[in-house]
Amino acid sequence: MTEFEVPVLSVKNLNKQFGLGCPHCKNGESETLVKNYCQVCGTVYACRDVSFDVFPGEVLGIVGESGSGKSTLMQCLYFDQDVTDGEAFVSAYENGEKNLFQESSQQQRYIRNHIMGKVYQNPLLGLRMNFSSIGNIAEKLIAAGSNHVGMMEGRGTELLNKVNIPVHRRKEAPKKFSGGMQQRVQIAKALSNNPPLLLLDEVTTGLDLSVQASVLDLIKSLQRELNISIVLVSHDLGVIRMLADRTLVMLEGKVIEEGLTDQILEDPQHPYTQQLVHSLL
Amino acid sequence: MNTAYNFAFFDEGSKREIRRATLKAIAIPGYQVPFASREMPIGRGWGTGGLQLTLSLIGKDDVLKVIDQGSDDSVNAVNIKKLVFDTTGVETTDETREATLIQSRHRIPEVSLSKDQILILQVPIPEPLRYYEPSESETKKFHAEKEYSGAWLMLFEQIMKYGSMTTGADHPVLVHDRYVMAPSPIPRFDNPKMDESEALILLGAGREKKVYAVPPYTKVVSLDFEDFPFEPESFEDKECRLCGSTGVFLDELVDEATDETVYQCNDTSYCLEKLNAVGVK
Repeated sequence: MTEFEVPVLSVKNLNKQFGLGCPHCKNGESETLVKNYCQVCGTVYACRDVSFDVFPGEVLGIVGESGSGKSTLMQCLYFDQDVTDGEAFVSAYENGEKNLFQESSQQQRYIRNHIMGKVYQNPLLGLRMNFSSIGNIAEKLIAAGSNHVGMMEGRGTELLNKVNIPVHRRKEAPKKFSGGMQQRVQIAKALSNNPPLLLLDEVTTGLDLSVQASVLDLIKSLQRELNISIVLVSHDLGVIRMLADRTLVMLEGKVIEEGLTDQILEDPQHPYTQQLVHSLL
Repeated sequence: MNTAYNFAFFDEGSKREIRRATLKAIAIPGYQVPFASREMPIGRGWGTGGLQLTLSLIGKDDVLKVIDQGSDDSVNAVNIKKLVFDTTGVETTDETREATLIQSRHRIPEVSLSKDQILILQVPIPEPLRYYEPSESETKKFHAEKEYSGAWLMLFEQIMKYGSMTTGADHPVLVHDRYVMAPSPIPRFDNPKMDESEALILLGAGREKKVYAVPPYTKVVSLDFEDFPFEPESFEDKECRLCGSTGVFLDELVDEATDETVYQCNDTSYCLEKLNAVGVK
């Protein structure tokens, strides 16, 4: 393989289940399973054998209905939840030779702070609502090792400018902002330490259309400018069509289809994907 | 000595449990060790943490000094002294040099302490990250993972709001390059006295049920930023109106008759000692 083809993030056979599982559902294709829920023991198989690669500068979209395991997958990648089993490698950490899920929580914190950025669907999870907006950005910078107030203030102001938050409001707490503004502060925070990998979980859901458009526009231009790789989760095919180069379709915790976004939207193979594409208004 | 109680108020088992927690605290500088805070004849939040440490350590040959915000004669200090005297019969003193055990609320004496002395500080809130993260289980994780961006973030917010670090007391410190610790609400002026201190420093929080320690000759660094270095309160050009001391922590008082601002030593025993020395001349 050439240098060019080394993936930024490589996930192999990721499994995440809630519950212990029982002899009835352990083999995966059992009759006791309704979708990904075992009727006997109540175990939910949120992610089943998920594997994918993300290449430098690529935007990977993940679509699927609610409950298909998209967000759980993202939480696992950001170590908000422990995986049941599976491997993940990031090229920026130990040359991509160490399984992230086996690292100590201290190391995982390092990876989160230095290599990743995440934007949550709910700004409450990604921001400290009572601290100033610029403080929120500084938090990520401090975590990544900055210790210079002037530098952090400059960087914070620059980013807030980029996401169209008026500079004179930078010292206000995000709780005073509208949902769209909070989301943009979150994006600025996630980008502050120039992470090679950005995880976006339903960033535009719940925003009105004009704000949605400006947030998407922003993500697209930042991604082009900084050449970061993005994993983008959405159930909105419009968002996927606009941003994603390549797309995975998830159903019941499994990846059922993957390919170039155009291909998936124009020529869906799996019945569920066909239904999904055809229900697009 | 009141013989209705065991020596030093507590039964031997209780004293041993507190000493065991103390030993652990000394072994892990700056780490908050939980202990079974006992019911005391004074209310929690009135120095029970410090008092329990004092009672667990005191022996018949000890000489006790108790200070409350620099004063040996305030109600709190006098009553604690009385309680310990009543149940142990040990000698008490106002002279810092004579004391072997010094229990203090929110000050470290001006006279530098020696290796034969133990300083016990009363602590209201032992968790330096408490205002950043209200949940104890979360802050425990932060300590375990050495994730202290919150401590710096709080200082950053002060700089953003007020232009400088505004912690009047309880400015967080990093102990032995590992744990961030609340030094108890001592003024910033006293923070440097903790660094490489010859005396053992113990900190007890009765209400929060924590004991922690700075062993002798331990590195204690006050948190700051590259462009906003830590600075203790400055009393340049000012001197004590009674003893004329400079370079000590001074209280600012307003003479209501003349509306003049005057300064006076906060450490009463130090001031008295200076005055007595002047009297000899």
